[in-house]
Amino acid sequence: MGIATESSAGIKPRACPRFRAGHYTEQKHAVRGGRRWREGADMDDVSRNIVSLDDGEADLLAALRAGEPSAYEETVRRYTPRLLATARRILGNEDDAQDAVQDAFLSAFRGLDQFAGQSKLATWLHRIAVNAALLKLRHRRQAHEQSIDPLLPRFSSDGHQVEPAAPWDSAAERVLERKETRDVVRRAIDDLPENYRTVLLLRDIEGLDTEETAKQLGVSEGTVKTRLHRARQALRTLLDPHFRGDGA
Amino acid sequence: MTCQELIDFLLAYLDEELMAEPRQVFEEHLHLCPECVHYLETYRLTVRISRLACEVREEPCEEPPERLVRAILVAVQGEGRTK
Repeated sequence: MGIATESSAGIKPRACPRFRAGHYTEQKHAVRGGRRWREGADMDDVSRNIVSLDDGEADLLAALRAGEPSAYEETVRRYTPRLLATARRILGNEDDAQDAVQDAFLSAFRGLDQFAGQSKLATWLHRIAVNAALLKLRHRRQAHEQSIDPLLPRFSSDGHQVEPAAPWDSAAERVLERKETRDVVRRAIDDLPENYRTVLLLRDIEGLDTEETAKQLGVSEGTVKTRLHRARQALRTLLDPHFRGDGA
Repeated sequence: MTCQELIDFLLAYLDEELMAEPRQVFEEHLHLCPECVHYLETYRLTVRISRLACEVREEPCEEPPERLVRAILVAVQGEGRTK
């Protein structure tokens, strides 16, 4: 169960045997090749050599490597909110999300010596947190999966749309500048059934290709495509009332 | 091709996986059916909007849960990583 729930008495730090020191590293990752995203390193950035640590991150990294307790605390405090937001989006459950974030930090700290500093620390941690959340997702017993069917388009017997699609407000993308609109979209993603939400997050948000998404989730590429298409259709249904006409 | 079939093939069409002949049938249907054009456009917008909404990695306003922070730091200390 979660190590950091409000209800749990006496939280104990949990060992994380699934992750080995140095498991998520840029160097090992590069050697293996072809799995650039999977183990957390931002190899796009590495290969193009266009991203480097800013001064603040470089100092923080040096202090972490020197074993400064305050650096560990600063890192955990600085990055936990956004890593937790990512893990929540994938796992849809606070306890599991907090477990994943703890796993991610422990894994990242074990791999610090191999972190070359050519990708941003925040990006590196983000990828590790996504992996930790996916690992937890795979191990979690599948709860009763809610059906996506009510969110898919309906058709008459002759194959016409029962509720004909209408155009969205031409300013639909611009209104995303408003935080409340972004929150509407994120909540809609959160509302997708888990199997579909996960595929949409990996393909459309995290930018993995079909093959890598299939590997991450242990399903076929055909399943990824089917779920992605249904997830997008369902999300479109959920967003339609907000973006149709001037509703946004 | 019906609207239902067109929407079934939408992902393959957008991923450019349709062969020439079904692609032509697909596009002929689009030519005649404004509702399917609207569906295609809003489907594309859905992908763009979801990406944009999550792309803004804004710092959540909340403070990190104190119990979680402590648990992580104690675990780190337990592994002997800090001085």
